[in-house]
Amino acid sequence: MRDHGRETLAVLIGLAFLLALPFLAEAAGKGFYVTLFTRILIFGLAAVSLDLILGYGGMVSFGHAAFVGVGAYAVGILSWHVFDGSPLMTWPVTLEGTENAFVVWPLAMLMGGLFALVIGAISLRTTGISFIMITLAFAQMLFYLAIGLRKYGGEDGIALYNKSQLVPPIDLFDRTTFYYVCLGLLVAFLAVCRRLTRSRFGMAVQGARINERRMKALGFSPYRYKLTAFVISGAGAGLSGALLANAAEFVGPAYMSWQRSGELIVMVVLGGMGTLFGPVAGAAAFLLLEEWLADLTEHWQIILGPILLFVVVFARRGLWGWVAGQGREDR
Amino acid sequence: MTLLLLIEQGLNGLQLGVMLFLMAAGLTLVFGIMDMINLAHGSFYMVGAYLTATFAPVFDSFALAVLAALPLAALVGMAVEVVALRTLYRREHLDQVLATFGLILFFNELVRIVWGPQPIFLQPPSWLAGTVEIIPGVPYPAFRLAIIAVGLAVAVFLYLLITRTRTGMLIRAGASNREMLGALGVDVKRLYTLVFGLGAALAALAGAMAGPVLAVQVGMGESVLILTFVVIVIGGLGSVRGALVGALLVGMVDTLARALLPTVLRTMMPPSQADGMGASLASMTIYILMAAVLAWKPRGLFPAHA
Amino acid sequence: MNSASSRLGAFLAVGLACLASPALAQSGETKPGEIKIGMITTLSGPGSGLGNDVRDAFALAVKDLGGSLGGLKATVIEADDQQKPDVAKQLADRMVERDKVDVVTGIIWSNLALALMPSLERAEVFFLSPNAGPSQLAGKQCNPFFFGVAYQNDGQHEAMGQHMQAQGIKRAYLMAPNYPAGKDALTGVKRFFKGEVVGEVYTTVGQLDYAAELAQLRAAAPDGVYIFYPGGMGINFVKQFEQAGLKGKVPLFGPGFSFSEDSLPAIGDAALGVMNTAQWSSDLDNPQNRKFVQGFEAAYNRLPSVYAAQAYDVALLLDSAIRKTGGSLTDKNALRAALQSADFKSIRGDFKFNANHFPIQDYYLREVVKDDKGRLTNVIRSTVFEDHADPYAAECKM
Repeated sequence: MRDHGRETLAVLIGLAFLLALPFLAEAAGKGFYVTLFTRILIFGLAAVSLDLILGYGGMVSFGHAAFVGVGAYAVGILSWHVFDGSPLMTWPVTLEGTENAFVVWPLAMLMGGLFALVIGAISLRTTGISFIMITLAFAQMLFYLAIGLRKYGGEDGIALYNKSQLVPPIDLFDRTTFYYVCLGLLVAFLAVCRRLTRSRFGMAVQGARINERRMKALGFSPYRYKLTAFVISGAGAGLSGALLANAAEFVGPAYMSWQRSGELIVMVVLGGMGTLFGPVAGAAAFLLLEEWLADLTEHWQIILGPILLFVVVFARRGLWGWVAGQGREDR
Repeated sequence: MTLLLLIEQGLNGLQLGVMLFLMAAGLTLVFGIMDMINLAHGSFYMVGAYLTATFAPVFDSFALAVLAALPLAALVGMAVEVVALRTLYRREHLDQVLATFGLILFFNELVRIVWGPQPIFLQPPSWLAGTVEIIPGVPYPAFRLAIIAVGLAVAVFLYLLITRTRTGMLIRAGASNREMLGALGVDVKRLYTLVFGLGAALAALAGAMAGPVLAVQVGMGESVLILTFVVIVIGGLGSVRGALVGALLVGMVDTLARALLPTVLRTMMPPSQADGMGASLASMTIYILMAAVLAWKPRGLFPAHA
Repeated sequence: MNSASSRLGAFLAVGLACLASPALAQSGETKPGEIKIGMITTLSGPGSGLGNDVRDAFALAVKDLGGSLGGLKATVIEADDQQKPDVAKQLADRMVERDKVDVVTGIIWSNLALALMPSLERAEVFFLSPNAGPSQLAGKQCNPFFFGVAYQNDGQHEAMGQHMQAQGIKRAYLMAPNYPAGKDALTGVKRFFKGEVVGEVYTTVGQLDYAAELAQLRAAAPDGVYIFYPGGMGINFVKQFEQAGLKGKVPLFGPGFSFSEDSLPAIGDAALGVMNTAQWSSDLDNPQNRKFVQGFEAAYNRLPSVYAAQAYDVALLLDSAIRKTGGSLTDKNALRAALQSADFKSIRGDFKFNANHFPIQDYYLREVVKDDKGRLTNVIRSTVFEDHADPYAAECKM
């Protein structure tokens, strides 16, 4: 069922809710929710970037957390050098650490994209389960690499005593400001992704998922399209990593663990694959559920597990399909 | 490094490989026949170890405890199949990954509630607790030899089951053409439940055999799960033969990398640097191996449905 | 469209309900005469055994103190950090803001403690660590709102280095996981052990099988082997060490937390006779320790681990500090001074804080033995260090 009117309405209501949230939360005397929803927006961004390749391109990356981690480390390492007062490198040019958001955030995206380019170039030679596993393998390699980074805390990671800096009046230590910055970036990324998926490029990527052979016959090279999508997705994940580093004021290998990659997949499927907006709802649902259940009982995982199972078995279109009456666009 | 030590390390590699094969066999069997990717395989492994550890003091016998644990684990596996996973066979692998990810959370918490959060104790039977000098001057743990024996027995058992029995014939037929099997009047559902139970029992056997060597604790399944997936992906998904080859390859490469890399690197750089770098490289070797194999043969060494 | 609009309504309602949800809407205000403690610890996953001990021991201390700390009625708010740094940080933020906790404790892992400190410092909430004591927080990044009540991470390793030196071990073999804590541990040993190190081996974090390393170890034929393997890795290693027939041939040494009562039952007799070093043992002879050990066993039907002991001390310390400020929690400087003075009867015996908020304390050599009920536990064999301070304190400018 296609129902654009309803989807638009749902997006508008969702956006209005997110815009109003800090006011509602402060009014209700529960400012803490601003922080929680900031986390939701950040994981939402990571999930949207995963949806771009998973939902639209059919590429089940089980190592997406690695790109989030790479972005986070870009912020963390440069900030560490500011704290330590030592340069990042002295040869061939001297580079100092920095906390300027206009430098480190694009850098986080660049690094995410770069790692995605290398990993994607090899991984995309495979499909199906092999693809799932090879992306996992690369993520594990980066995970162990990060653990071995003795200078940057290794397993302990890096605690950030300062957040990234935008132009002066904007102070990211103010949680409401930081919330709106995250919301703005998420909306911008969603807009980019939406344009992409509706473009010739997006059609080619989706076509490659549905019938790779036909795409080849039509003269498209699916590999190049898929790799491009993979790189864009990696860059998006890198950005979310940069934001996560700022939100948690911490960077560490735990961000790259395979459980994290699994959780990102859960968020996408929970929200609805190939819907772009769905993964944001999925991230919200997953994190709120975790928060709520953990508050309820120490044994919350015994409830969360079956819920996931239930969602997979019975609610195949995900939350977004249920709310907006629209699943993946070709279903 | 002496030749004798090298031989001992070779034996260690073989033993690790066989242990990995024990875990991989059930996983790849279920995949090959039902086209089902089951992350909860690690949970059955954990359940097997916990049940064995619980029964061992009761029966005062390790072997009896294993014999009691296996059918129970098979029952757990079949129950899970009937209740939850049956509907997922025709779904995308992604759905299966997710559903069984949920099962991992469930089983970990269940075990924690039943047995508590502290690791529990399981030791080899007293007659296998000592060492045997199969290489002169090198005492080798007897229980590890038992693991090799059990692993090879499982390999032979699966070979005979699949090639020589009627069930095996149905399994092979089911793997290549499900509809045909149904048309022939075979109860496919029951066959699948049985195979899933067999997979769970094999995982439990792996857990029971690993229990005396490793920590029996919540989450023990996940630490081997990833390794096991590496094995079956290298071997070719769904192929028992591939799982055996993949397991031996991973066991051997991993062991030799751990044994040799630091020594080799020490000849090239200062020791402190070499130790750290050797260790980092050694922990990545199997992933590098897997990436290399997949880049060369995207479907693994022995793809099941070539 | 009817069902559609109702679903949209539901979507919005759920969002609003989150804000108004009664489950999450505990009143945040602390009443006078009350203290709220945020207990953030690991209650799920493989690390949950340790979190469980910390939580239980702290609860026992509060009970022993009549349900109050320093005369203030104590409310402990628990949360599961899942051993993830960002989750721990978020829980801390929530507790500071929603529950208005006065003190946070419970964290086991160094990386989580590090992640927590920036925001706790800003919120001016004290963190009393029942275990984690990373070198960063002892040195350059020492923090006015952090107190390491357990130890600086290197302490137990240094003590064992000292013991191995005193034992006259000539050729030592050292093993640890390949992460900074592992390298710090072996550096700690080498700070006091001056003999020859014939092997320094780093293994993969979370490694299961040690057959390859054990073969190399046997070939090197050292006088003694020191291992730093926390949690499951330690259980794996010690079991395999015994099965390889090395026990009794090569003396095994380790830090106390690898041979603590939480993992000893799982290692079994393979641990019997192993020498390890710690700042506490259940047989320490002082009245408060006897009360703690008996009380813990009676309440939870298991032997207390070193983690439990540390958490119990956190509660005793807090109790004494609040008494000293006369029940005031608002004057942070006064509370800090009161904590720093450590005017309490620790179950470890002598206890005082260094300038960097880490303990100056004794370390003991312990041996794993069986108690009269056949359970594995530790007894003290000698005192290795008296009033030992960590080497990072000089770097701390506070």
